[in-house]
Amino acid sequence: MANTALVAEHTARTLYDHLPLLQVLVPFCAAPLIVLLGSRRLAWPLAFVSSAIALIISVMLMMSVREGGYISYTMGGWSPPLGIEYRIDATNAYVLMLISAIGTVVLPFAYVSVKDEIRSKDHSLFYACWMLCLTGLLGMVATGDAFNVFVFLEISSLSTYVLVAQGAARDRRALTAAYDYLIMGTIGATFFVIGLGMLYMATGTLNMADLADRIADQGANRTVRSGFAFIVVGLGLKVAMFPLHLWLPKAYTFAPSAVTVFLSATATKAALYVLMRFIFSVYHPDFSFTTNALEIIFLPLAIIAMFSASFVAAFQINFKRMLAYSSIAQVGYMLLGIAILTETGLTAALLHMFNHGLAKALLFMGVGALVLRTGSAFYTQISGLGRKMPLTCGAIVVGGLSLIGVPGTAGFLSKWLLVQAALERVAENSSFLLVSIAIVLSSLLAVVYVWRVFEVLYLREPDPNSTATEAPLMMLIPMWILAGSCLWFGLSTDFLYDIANQAALGLLDGSMGMLDSNEALGVK
Amino acid sequence: MGQLFNLQFLAGHIHYLLFIVLMMTGLFIVVDKTNLVKKIIGLNIFQVSVFMFYVSIGKVTGGTAPIFPMDDKYHVDKEALQGIVYSNPLPHVLILTAIVVGIATTSLGLALIIRIRESFNTIDEEDILNIEQEMTRDDNIKYRDVAEGLI
Repeated sequence: MANTALVAEHTARTLYDHLPLLQVLVPFCAAPLIVLLGSRRLAWPLAFVSSAIALIISVMLMMSVREGGYISYTMGGWSPPLGIEYRIDATNAYVLMLISAIGTVVLPFAYVSVKDEIRSKDHSLFYACWMLCLTGLLGMVATGDAFNVFVFLEISSLSTYVLVAQGAARDRRALTAAYDYLIMGTIGATFFVIGLGMLYMATGTLNMADLADRIADQGANRTVRSGFAFIVVGLGLKVAMFPLHLWLPKAYTFAPSAVTVFLSATATKAALYVLMRFIFSVYHPDFSFTTNALEIIFLPLAIIAMFSASFVAAFQINFKRMLAYSSIAQVGYMLLGIAILTETGLTAALLHMFNHGLAKALLFMGVGALVLRTGSAFYTQISGLGRKMPLTCGAIVVGGLSLIGVPGTAGFLSKWLLVQAALERVAENSSFLLVSIAIVLSSLLAVVYVWRVFEVLYLREPDPNSTATEAPLMMLIPMWILAGSCLWFGLSTDFLYDIANQAALGLLDGSMGMLDSNEALGVK
Repeated sequence: MGQLFNLQFLAGHIHYLLFIVLMMTGLFIVVDKTNLVKKIIGLNIFQVSVFMFYVSIGKVTGGTAPIFPMDDKYHVDKEALQGIVYSNPLPHVLILTAIVVGIATTSLGLALIIRIRESFNTIDEEDILNIEQEMTRDDNIKYRDVAEGLI
């Protein structure tokens, strides 16, 4: 490789060149800083400032790769494939932006909610864990090294278990929820490592682009295939793919409100991104086993998830638990988009990732605000609050409509694209007609469970003894920022669609590979 | 019809077989045992099997530790370097990271068990499940939704 010298020479010199690293490093440094300062008063501002910086960085990264191409950052100047490489292209810049945006918007909400739900002596440690979780999520998306993904995956998972367990101050079931999540999450991550080990056995490299080249060279053999199986199952646990979703409802229900908001919008999305990366970039989509696995395994599971989880959600009596089940159904839509394996399908999956992140974060924030005022999220406790907390419930309505996919909200665009993607494939395989009907029917189930919340909030008489008042401004502002963006991205669709489409094209091209990347580096 | 068991093949891949046995043992303990501490032990066995898998794939037959031989002036002995086979150190280094992660997971799991013991007064999964089911039942009665029949 003649160009390796170029890579070393090109290694970051100005601050701007260091952006891919800073994206991960800023929250990573904030975490120990919060612990060392130990001040309860400084913890929140530090966390907020560092996630705001992460957001700015991710937007800058997004702007530099949105037209295609990518940035390769070599850690410490060691050129890939030996050194660790961070590789930012349209796909992961898009996910980085989602994660850091949600992280930043949720924090003002968390300030009030955490004060109410968590013992004050734990606050600084809580925010330190929060920052570690953000670091892990950003890191696993930014990195281009397969083992690095595992390390960051575990950083985010370990801090997530701690964050979920913090709900124990209100309900002791949070402890067992965190424990179950720990067992299942660790099994998932270990499966992922086994898969990586097999890939390493077959190829002798861990850099994703290099892996892709070498797998393409040697074709599919049994080691590579079983590695694929282990990686998909391991990540499937983290994504909450249908039969592997058991940890999710409990963890989301009993975690503190702010943690649920953050996790629902980011954790499964980051894992889903890694899954896509492996399916499309590391294992090229043309490989027969990828196509087979997607159509035989993902497609039915996604459809079962869409129906069964929505069905269960309709029968819940707790708003928060209902939303948790709805999350499983929505992950089904994203997996369906991936399994359709066309440009439209993948664009729909990526868009739905973003739109669902916005809508779910908004709804869980609504739950958090209701919990702050009434103490629980059971329907009987929150009935009739539409008149007492008009702004909170207004935001919940916007989120609910986006979850259903009503035209004019962000959720409509992604579901519409998904149906369109399924219809495009009817010509070659008529069973995709059933798939598109399934999407529409399961959306009707979403109408049922979302309508039930509207009915509880607006059509019932409020409890005469209830002293609930409107949520504080610190909660309302983030909620309405998200509600506004749900509406904005529903009406002005070009911006997100272009980025998602670019990202989908990048994924479908497969990896650019190691050799190309060195040539491309000169242009950057 | 080929031979059902190729003994030579099996003997050559004995470490993979042992890895699979250990891995299944660990997974079985996690699934089968109701004692939360035993589950963590099972998880550890499961993880250790993966560590051993990684260590074994780095081993090259006849290979030694990847350290350059020195002559008496502590320079690299280029003559002795010829013909030495080294094991691949990279999987071993990777697994150091995974071991650290495993320790963190174990300690967090044990810490959670202590808290569970404090609030549930038991560390048996079935007892905890019973307590939780009772709590859910109480919730369902207390917060019974009037409109439940409508759906």
